[in-house]
Amino acid sequence: VAPAKSSARAGSIEQLLAAKEIVIHCGSGGVGKTTTAAAAAAEAAIHLGGKVLVLTVDPAKRLANALGLEQFGNIETRVPNAAFAAAGVEPRGELWAAMLDTKQSWDDLVQRHAPDAATRDAILANPLYQNLMGRFVQSHDYIAMERLYEIHSSGTYDLIVVDTPPTRNAIDFLEAPARMADFFSSRFLRWLTVPARSRVLNFASKPFYTVADRILGSQFLEDIAEFFLLFQSMYDGFVDRAKAVTRVLEDRRTTFVVVSTLESAPVREAEFFIRELQARKLHLGAVVLNKVLPDYLLDRKATTSAKRMVADAPVIAEALDTSFGESAQIERVLREVGESFLNFQVVAKREAETKGELAGAPEVVATVPYFDSDIYDLEGLIRLGDKIWR
Amino acid sequence: VTPLLERRLLFVTGKGGVGKTTIAAGLALLASQHGKRTLVGEVDSKGNLSDYFEVPPTSFEPREIGPNLFAMSMHTEESLKEYLRLQLKVPLVARIGPLARTFDFVANAAPGVKEVLTVGKFLWEVRERHYDLVVVDAAATGHVVAQLAAPQGIQELVKVGLVRDQTGWMLDILGDEAQTGVVIVAAPEEMPVNETLELTERIRTETNVDLAAIIVNRVLPELFGRGEEEVFERLRTPDGVAALEAAVGGPVGAVLDAAELAVTLRRTRAGHLARLREGLPPGTNLLYVPELFTRHHGMRATQLVATSLGEELGY
Repeated sequence: VAPAKSSARAGSIEQLLAAKEIVIHCGSGGVGKTTTAAAAAAEAAIHLGGKVLVLTVDPAKRLANALGLEQFGNIETRVPNAAFAAAGVEPRGELWAAMLDTKQSWDDLVQRHAPDAATRDAILANPLYQNLMGRFVQSHDYIAMERLYEIHSSGTYDLIVVDTPPTRNAIDFLEAPARMADFFSSRFLRWLTVPARSRVLNFASKPFYTVADRILGSQFLEDIAEFFLLFQSMYDGFVDRAKAVTRVLEDRRTTFVVVSTLESAPVREAEFFIRELQARKLHLGAVVLNKVLPDYLLDRKATTSAKRMVADAPVIAEALDTSFGESAQIERVLREVGESFLNFQVVAKREAETKGELAGAPEVVATVPYFDSDIYDLEGLIRLGDKIWR
Repeated sequence: VTPLLERRLLFVTGKGGVGKTTIAAGLALLASQHGKRTLVGEVDSKGNLSDYFEVPPTSFEPREIGPNLFAMSMHTEESLKEYLRLQLKVPLVARIGPLARTFDFVANAAPGVKEVLTVGKFLWEVRERHYDLVVVDAAATGHVVAQLAAPQGIQELVKVGLVRDQTGWMLDILGDEAQTGVVIVAAPEEMPVNETLELTERIRTETNVDLAAIIVNRVLPELFGRGEEEVFERLRTPDGVAALEAAVGGPVGAVLDAAELAVTLRRTRAGHLARLREGLPPGTNLLYVPELFTRHHGMRATQLVATSLGEELGY
């Protein structure tokens, strides 16, 4: 759609990881975002050098262990060279990993922005704060972007590879900084905090208040108001920060990698996400298609053979030497093997069709095969990374 | 223990990508085909439940989409309006204006309000006995506890007012295992199993809702019976391949590779399945739905899921 940009488009994931400073992986849940992000970071550390950080949100336990992330908290940990040596490679650079701790990050943020120690302590002790930051879904999205900004602006890393939190809607985290700024500057909050400040309701808010009071009770409204009054003391810091985070997302040094499997729901979300990135003029670096069934399932000659193995199982079994097994057993094996091929072929065909539709986007498309076992160590990550690297 | 479809309200949850909506649609279809007046509702207004029944997009107002089968999608603002009108008897004039405009902020600022409007709508349909069974395509594992625990949370946070008064009957229905249950959909893969085990524990400790069943989706069938794997291995040797190609009259390498992939996938999944079984409290109701190798989701796939769930449930 944007021809001017095409010359600048990366030709491979390698080029992308070499050129950008922030690579954000997004896509719907269960498509392998975390693993893909970790694999990309590992490859960058191995081949490109420099300090590379993978910032993950909720890694599988075994993957976290492989990265040396045994404890929660916002601590950046270096993956030891011994781990690379065990996987048979010598990295040119350093691989670091960190997990996102939402609660800790919010507390840090309050520490930073609170005007004085009394306000800080009052906020941290407020039950509504605990409740809000724990349950307010968007707070995870916001804090992920906030942490990214914090780490990037510290200047510690050459490349930061990010895994995004599982959201109901993959686009939510893009809007999180702006929404957070809106939230704290909203008219609603001003309304809510008016009575707490003046104890005199202004006229405009009255009908709302009457109803809200009947529904929620004035005590609860006052609790909310008090909490937001405290929070408002940090308003300027928050809004400035949210704006800075948005700027980083829009920066040329930032790119987005959309990860998807070829199942219909994730693909729909990936397509939606690609459109949103384009609408926001954000840089789409690559599309990674994960867990794709092998091409040989589409082979015509193999299909003919599989059909014969099902239809003519007795004849074929008869023709085979008895050293392979009893005839009846061979017959069952042939049928099972043929049926299984044809079953998987149905899915492989659907995937090929979907892939064709997605390939309309001219960006780098990397395809990752269906690995027959889970990826839970550095060796596995490197195996995966090699597939997407070129 | 009340059988799954004898309950009146089922919340179907699961990690993204495991087939939560497929199973919710299958359960609803199965119930409707066995004479139960069934409502299936999705909580995500951007969802695609209607695709699973090949019908136009659903809306807040339930619509009949088949014999005994009704579908709707949650819309919290609509739910609020209905709630104010039917339950709190708030006059129309107060419902428009600032309240509507600032609703989103209220819902965000007061934890649990959005959730209680979502869960409350379905609970209300149960209380009014408009349907024999309400199947909810609920939030994914990460967010479902917030939904199910919302009435309790509201009761603790909001000390007075009409919303609080309404939580009593909600909690009664939610906590009654003869009426309400959670169904967790899992897939035999690492993260879905981890999340299922974690969620099982959280449902037990943080909500008063009964875990009615765990449905494991996409279980691969065992390819080989006793002694057959050895036959397969012999056929995969160079001599075996040559003999087989001569007998078949065409190349078989890809066919054998595909079978090997199926065997390894099944073995990996069986390992995760075993981990799931061991990690669950004894007596947990586990049901299995096989990998269906269908084209897209749609009425065909939904019917296949309903049929295999029917077999599991003894219909």
